[in-house]
Amino acid sequence: MALIYALMVQAMQMVLVLALAPLLTGLVRKTKSRLLRRQGPPLLQPYRDLLRLSRKEVVLADNASWLFRVAPYLIFAATWVAASLVPTFAAGLMFNWAADLIAIIALLGSARFFLALSGMDIGTSFGGIGSSREVMIASLAEPAMLMIVFTVALIAGSTQLSTVSAFLAGADVGMRISLALALVALIMVALAENARIPVDNPTSHLELTMVHEAMVLEYSGRHLAMIEFGGSLKLLLYVSLIASVFVPWGIAGGVATPIEYAFGILTYLLKLTLFGLLLALFETVIAKMRVFRVSQFLGAALMLGLLGTLLLFVSRSL
Amino acid sequence: MTENVVTIANPLSRFGGEQRVARHRPWPRVVVDRHGWNQAAAQLVAGELCLLGLWGDVDSVHMALHDPREASFAVLSLRCPERRYPSIGLRHPAALRLERTLVDMYDLIPEGLPDSRPWLDHGRWPVSHPLAAAEPNAGGGRPYAFLANDGHSLHQIPVGPVHAGIIEPGHFRITANGEIVVRLEARLGYAHKGVERLMMGADLVHASKLAGRVSGDSTVAYALAFAQAVESASVAVVPARALWLRALMAELERIGNHFGDIGAVCNDAGFGLMQAHCAVLRERVLRASAITFGHRQMRDGVVPGGVAVDIDASGDAAVRALIAEVRLRFPALIELYDSTASLQDRMVGTGILDSGLARSFAAGGYVGRASGRNFDARRVPGYAPYDGLRFSVPVRQVGDVNDRVWIRIEEVEQSLGLIEQILDGLPVGPVRITVPAVAEVCEGIALVEGFRGDVLVWVRLAADGRVARCHLRDPSWFQWPLLEAAIDGNIVADFPLCNKSFNCSYSGHDL
Repeated sequence: MALIYALMVQAMQMVLVLALAPLLTGLVRKTKSRLLRRQGPPLLQPYRDLLRLSRKEVVLADNASWLFRVAPYLIFAATWVAASLVPTFAAGLMFNWAADLIAIIALLGSARFFLALSGMDIGTSFGGIGSSREVMIASLAEPAMLMIVFTVALIAGSTQLSTVSAFLAGADVGMRISLALALVALIMVALAENARIPVDNPTSHLELTMVHEAMVLEYSGRHLAMIEFGGSLKLLLYVSLIASVFVPWGIAGGVATPIEYAFGILTYLLKLTLFGLLLALFETVIAKMRVFRVSQFLGAALMLGLLGTLLLFVSRSL
Repeated sequence: MTENVVTIANPLSRFGGEQRVARHRPWPRVVVDRHGWNQAAAQLVAGELCLLGLWGDVDSVHMALHDPREASFAVLSLRCPERRYPSIGLRHPAALRLERTLVDMYDLIPEGLPDSRPWLDHGRWPVSHPLAAAEPNAGGGRPYAFLANDGHSLHQIPVGPVHAGIIEPGHFRITANGEIVVRLEARLGYAHKGVERLMMGADLVHASKLAGRVSGDSTVAYALAFAQAVESASVAVVPARALWLRALMAELERIGNHFGDIGAVCNDAGFGLMQAHCAVLRERVLRASAITFGHRQMRDGVVPGGVAVDIDASGDAAVRALIAEVRLRFPALIELYDSTASLQDRMVGTGILDSGLARSFAAGGYVGRASGRNFDARRVPGYAPYDGLRFSVPVRQVGDVNDRVWIRIEEVEQSLGLIEQILDGLPVGPVRITVPAVAEVCEGIALVEGFRGDVLVWVRLAADGRVARCHLRDPSWFQWPLLEAAIDGNIVADFPLCNKSFNCSYSGHDL
């Protein structure tokens, strides 16, 4: 009985991230439109887009290899698994033993690897530009991300997200400078990883300035739907990650009652809304940076992460 | 309006001209020999003269020239029955594409021009040389050889002619080393409509409509330039009220387009906030124009002999309300533009256009004025009513994207003042006369300041009053090549930003 209950909760988490991801994307788009004095698309538009894309026929370039067709599913699967591992409304789920921060980074890294490969597969110049820029950004973002993980892991004594989350929700953590540094760095990395302004512009129609969009220019139909869904899931994942590590309150721990889970879902929804609104606001008040500035931007994130880690070696209380 | 025009002092003696052509107004047109033609080319290279236009005729080539020191103008003509003439573009690059077009359109061959590639004609038109013999053409298209680029690890990025955004068609071949642009080469001509061919034999009503459709965003400027050229040719005296209303339309068109551009440049830097607000202001301009002149872009508002619509009390109120709203909202937008560090980081120092190049190409509009070239057709040659209105011509020196945006901002402010002066001082009287009939062939030329720069229109009226020949030269002819220079050494991702800050016309150029 307990096993079935645990399985159900775990399944709920997997379905929940799937169900909420397009909504978060819709919320960010809607908020941004409203801030730009536009009506904006309905909140549920991303669901309709996914449905429409999945029904459309797939147009493939003549020289597309098997990799080009397989990659969308691999990207989606890897991102979905990663998103299901991050504690959203509850920690200590059945599969939480796998919810290791480094494993999550590795899953996202493999998704990116396939995306960059498929960008180059057709051989168009835009796909190549996109892949080369994406890999440049990744080579800077991943070390920064690892530094952030080290900071958090050194404080919590584990890279297990459930443990980290439970530890940081506890009262004995206090205010720590290294955590603040890690938070800023994580937000910077999240912006870069999700192709948001100022690193990339998700709404741009200018082929030459695109990063993420340039890689997926050749995709259509259900393949594009998978990639778009994967993109939404990735945004949800990063928001959940920030929420579970830095605002872990409300997350149900261990084996909990349905009421605790319900409370967890409620607080999770609140956190998503708040982060979605903040993201839209931030994207409205800042311009996209030059491609070569990205290295400085992510370099700063890396330094912040490094500083956070170093502080922990120097002092136990920082 | 022809009285106060200064002409190049004694062009006959200066270029050894054989004769001055009668009934070419307001600037003199002199027929020169090859020596005089080459002498003019040498003065173009030396920077003593500016090239305003180069176009063909049945058996001659014409060249419109401007002497910036004397503030004077003239047209030189060279007879070439063998359809060959000494190339200007060989020594003066600004003429290069114009000469390639002369081959396409008139089958007039520039002697010694190394670049023999066609320009507007892609081999897909039903006829070859449409303005000369117009031989039928199978229209299969021709391959086009882009300029060669040799070097280690260079790669090419073809962009267009179909773009992801809703813009006009044009092909850009970018050669890059990683992200750094080594060379940009444009290929244009996709928006060719055969306007000059359609002009031949058209009556004035139809021809004026054609002129207003050369470039949709500059419809007032084109119609105005065409009307002025026709009125000069036929020595028509246009009522003062019509001249003032024309200026009102031209300034409304200018601020509407500048709002659109300021927002679009910022949007290309990923800063949609500016565009959202500028788009609202642009929409207000268009609506006020619709109330006042019956059309959002004021198309066909300017006609030879005057204007088609008079302004009434509701129009006056609409424009005054518009001015008040812009005065209220625009300063906050300028402040937003100037104080957003992330935006400034993209704008400042991007796509710098060398002032020497801007001078040598006689680049008009914000492109030239952002790079230190102080030229405005409203001042020189100048036309009514601007001679009686107060306004300044902003000039900046750096020539980057930021300067081109600032020129637009400052021009909007000047235009607001102009519109107020026009509304306050609008003379009473008729707004349209019939263009007097011409008894014999006569020619007219006009230079008008559109939002993008100076639009040149030359027209020859036949004895029956119809258009025999007409040449319309968009300011973009001298701006497109400079975009290729300005992007050099910038990064690939900054090309859209530079392109938008130039905002050259495809339609006006492809004609």
